[in-house]
Amino acid sequence: MVEKQTSGIDFSEAPVPVSEWRRFRRVFFERKLVMFGLIVLLLLVIAAIFAPLLAPYNPIKGDLADSLQPPSSKHLLGTDIQGRDILSRLIFGSRTALAVGFLTVAIAGICGVTLGLIAGYFGGVVNMVIMRTMDALMGFPMLLLALVIAALLGSGLQNVIIALSVATLPGYARVMHGLTLSVRENDYILAQRAMGAGNIRAMFNHILPNALPPMIVLITLQLGALILAEAALSFLGIGINPPTPAWGAMVADGYRYLSSRPWLSFAPGVVIMLVVFAFNLVGDGLRDALDPRLRGLL
Amino acid sequence: MAELLRVENLRTQFHTDSGLVKAVDGISYHIEEQEIIGLVGESGCGKSVSQLSVMQLISAPGKIASGQVIFKGQDLLQFEANGPEMRSVRGAKIAMIFQEPMTSLNPVLTINQQLTEMLELHLGMSGMAARERAIELLALVGIPSAQSRIDDYPHQFSGGMRQRVMIATALSCNPEILIADEPTTALDVTTQAQLLELMKDMVERFNTSLVIVTHNLGVVARYAQRIYIMYAGRIVEEGTTKDIFGDPRHPYTIGLLKCIPRLDEEEGRKLVPIEGLPPNLINMPPTCAFLPRCSYKTERCSREPWPPLTHHYGQHYVSCYVNTKEKICEPAAK
Repeated sequence: MVEKQTSGIDFSEAPVPVSEWRRFRRVFFERKLVMFGLIVLLLLVIAAIFAPLLAPYNPIKGDLADSLQPPSSKHLLGTDIQGRDILSRLIFGSRTALAVGFLTVAIAGICGVTLGLIAGYFGGVVNMVIMRTMDALMGFPMLLLALVIAALLGSGLQNVIIALSVATLPGYARVMHGLTLSVRENDYILAQRAMGAGNIRAMFNHILPNALPPMIVLITLQLGALILAEAALSFLGIGINPPTPAWGAMVADGYRYLSSRPWLSFAPGVVIMLVVFAFNLVGDGLRDALDPRLRGLL
Repeated sequence: MAELLRVENLRTQFHTDSGLVKAVDGISYHIEEQEIIGLVGESGCGKSVSQLSVMQLISAPGKIASGQVIFKGQDLLQFEANGPEMRSVRGAKIAMIFQEPMTSLNPVLTINQQLTEMLELHLGMSGMAARERAIELLALVGIPSAQSRIDDYPHQFSGGMRQRVMIATALSCNPEILIADEPTTALDVTTQAQLLELMKDMVERFNTSLVIVTHNLGVVARYAQRIYIMYAGRIVEEGTTKDIFGDPRHPYTIGLLKCIPRLDEEEGRKLVPIEGLPPNLINMPPTCAFLPRCSYKTERCSREPWPPLTHHYGQHYVSCYVNTKEKICEPAAK
């Protein structure tokens, strides 16, 4: 194909490409706190994947003769009442925490984003029905709603995930709804429709990618909150069924011996705190790195 | 030349809290194969809305109240606005370019993704074939080193180049009509000239008819074969470009021409602005909407309803009771 120039004017008008990736790298990876968070999360993921290799003991079956041992070279973090190694249970507990965190975020995220997108895009009655339902759900405190659902459905991993998904879904829907309303008005959506794109294409190919950065930040921040919520439910005894190791349940188990053997609650408590802190740090880092308003400032 | 599109008595209204806005109030026009027409009017006269109505892209509170849009014997308004028939017309048969090249491309998708999307949607092309065609189109609209630029994002292109990409996108499925809604308004004057020239070349190459919507008579003067002048939702004058520029009859057209400087005029002519403001489209009086600003008005104008578009000669139609005939280049009185 012959390049056709309609005038003798040179086309060197193109602006110098600015690397968004370079800025992202600088803001995200060169911050010590964000790196700390990332390392903690990386360790958490490694612990969850390689739990059987890393854990020195069986997390479920303990030796009753070793009951309530203080930290020693044999049991680095001591043992609980049933003689189970605390460190092993913490390592296996990371599986529960991550499963609840990621599955809940996936279910609530996909449902919430789709509902928010539909409500924002179509508006009118659809918007009314979806968003008022979300508002009603939002009226309940997250933990209270999860408690009610978990109490209704019973405890167990699956029900915890369902309960937390329902409780966190309105948040995604609300944020996505707002984003859709603003992105929808852009000329390129009209231009795409003028080129024959249908509603589904406009929604998922054009609006959704534009709304992703804030959603990624929300999801990362939610992961920490969800792990905390799961711990709270397990602490209250309506979360993960024993003997599956769960951090919240471990805190509750050790609670009775708090004065004499504080490490029982202290160890899982510190792990929960660290992980939630790490998710928040990474979430904040992502927000700063992805926020277009901070371009040039950071 | 055969007639391609005929718009009959199109009315588009917006139901707002403060009243009914008759944005397009019964306009009729047609375009023939490989013809370039101009639709000229000031901001808010309904020219963009009329084009969006043709594409059925009017969203609430807007509504197409009546009329016909006959494209190749088929009334497009019979199709459901978001139905498959209408979607297969948009882009593939009638394509549209918008005013703001800076915002008409999706910022998070590459040029390749946006160009091939249309090829996949309408022509069923895929993968490398679509990519090859996209590169070809980019080269055709004058993007240098299209091969390497195709994976760039819109923010890496300047305004003029983005509008070139829009032209490539619009022509990608070889439409029969290209509607360019103020295609050059947001660009600087040299880029405007290049783009108009490019559009003219492209529609000739693709055998496409072109509707140029603009507020700038200068833009259409060189390219359009026929011109429609719009005011307050109606067409007030239509004719060949020669008719409009050589023998304008409607006071509004005369006013528009009087406020453009010309290179070939005798010295000393003053540019005369049209006094007053365009009318509020809510609660329009039944009389001629241009009446308050008209310097040729007679007693009959305020007594009778808006004059119908009447035939003068050839293809020249004017909607005015006063048969104005004024020499535009006439030096202003002292």
